[in-house]
Amino acid sequence: MDLVIPDFGLLFWMVVSFSILLIILRKFAWKPLLKMLQDREDEIAKSLDSANEAKLQMEKLVSSNEAMMREARAEREAMLREAKDAKDKIVAEAQTAAKAEADKIILAARREIEAEKEAAKAELQSKVAELSVEIAEKILRRELSTETKQGEYVEDLVKNISLN
Amino acid sequence: MNLQKRILMLALMLMMSIATFAQEEGGNHAAAEGSGADFNAGPFIMNHIGDSYEWHIATFGDFHLSLPLPCILYSGQSGFHLFSSSNFHHGHAEYEGFKIGDNGKIVEVSTGERPWDFSITKNVVAMFFSMILICFMFIGMKKYYAKNVGKAPHGFYNALEIIVLFVRDDIAYASLGKKNGDKFMPFLMTVFFFIFINNLLGLIPIIPGGANLTGNIAVTCVLALFTFFITTFSGNKEYWQDIFWPHGVPLWLNCPPIIPIVELMGVFTKPIVLMVRLFANITAGHIIALSFYSLIFIFGAKSAGVGYGVAPVSVAFTIFMSVLELLVAFIQAYVFTLLSSIYFSMAIGGEHEEKAVEVAH
Repeated sequence: MDLVIPDFGLLFWMVVSFSILLIILRKFAWKPLLKMLQDREDEIAKSLDSANEAKLQMEKLVSSNEAMMREARAEREAMLREAKDAKDKIVAEAQTAAKAEADKIILAARREIEAEKEAAKAELQSKVAELSVEIAEKILRRELSTETKQGEYVEDLVKNISLN
Repeated sequence: MNLQKRILMLALMLMMSIATFAQEEGGNHAAAEGSGADFNAGPFIMNHIGDSYEWHIATFGDFHLSLPLPCILYSGQSGFHLFSSSNFHHGHAEYEGFKIGDNGKIVEVSTGERPWDFSITKNVVAMFFSMILICFMFIGMKKYYAKNVGKAPHGFYNALEIIVLFVRDDIAYASLGKKNGDKFMPFLMTVFFFIFINNLLGLIPIIPGGANLTGNIAVTCVLALFTFFITTFSGNKEYWQDIFWPHGVPLWLNCPPIIPIVELMGVFTKPIVLMVRLFANITAGHIIALSFYSLIFIFGAKSAGVGYGVAPVSVAFTIFMSVLELLVAFIQAYVFTLLSSIYFSMAIGGEHEEKAVEVAH
């Protein structure tokens, strides 16, 4: 039955040394150790949180990037289309304008030609008339004795006239 | 780390060298344990699980190799005494008016009474050793962590950390909550590792292990007393009210104070149960393991052949028991710490009280 009766000496040493152990470990091990563990856990939790946040932000960034790119592409296309339209319009306008101008020039030229023609005709007519008169005058002025001579002369004159 | 290892080795070697100095001829005393036709398992086992004034290491025939330990005595008649236990010659001589009595304790020759015995016995040495070991382990761990802030721990400290976190999260925080858990954490941690490491050291058959420290009622008694005093001194108003005038109890059970008496008994039975549970579990494990070994010698005393035949079976069973004891070493440390933390949570009441009571039952 000695087994279940606490021994005084051991009780004494146990109380003393366990108290000392408790105080030493409390001061030099448990408090700093548990604090460090807690700090590390907090840090890990914080890091995980921030990593998650960064991931979310990254995703947001990527999606916004994509949207921006899509927008830019659409804008570029629109700009290109616009430019093409503008070009077509300018070309078409230029063409119409040029055509109109050409028409106008042609018309003017034609009119001038017509006028020139008219004038030439008129001049020719008046020249012919004048020449006719002149010829008649010359014929008349010459003493035309014979019919034959008269005839020969007229023929001669007529031969010298060139129609120009 | 390296330095600590070296110091530990040095301490070990020092102990061994003292032990070699302590070698002496056993001479003519009959072997209480061991050879002969009448091997008596009872004293053999009791001797091994009990305390002693010397640390017996090995016996070669009649030669006992043991580490003598200092005896510190105070006698009413002759005052203080300090001498080596080797002076008793393994209990066969008297010295300065003292001798080792029949129950293995020092008594005064003249009166047969026990003096005040502060001797550094085998268990005290084992206790000092384990405490130094624990200090080295955890102060080393702290230093390692302080040096490696922000890095993952490696190796031994990583393994320790798992147990530390287990005690913190699954024992202290689980029953006390975070704020109160932190308050009692140093005690819970110390108790857990003191019990756990001494349980493990008790499983090592050679010095500095092998002392049945956590299977000694004085040691478990002190541990339980710590729990008892901490519980009692941190008890708040609700705790004492629940003991002396519990809620929801009919008046006739309170007025002749039946329930209060039961509750008050509970205050004392809780630590007593803690004390007995640890003591009985560890001691029983040692007794069973030693009993299996004793079988070899009991059968060997009948005939050597049978002894050799029984030996493998005994060894197999002892190995099985040792493995079981490894489990028990952890479980008992866990149970003691968990119940302590539950008693604390009952004492401080609060939001964790109901949960704790539930677990306790």
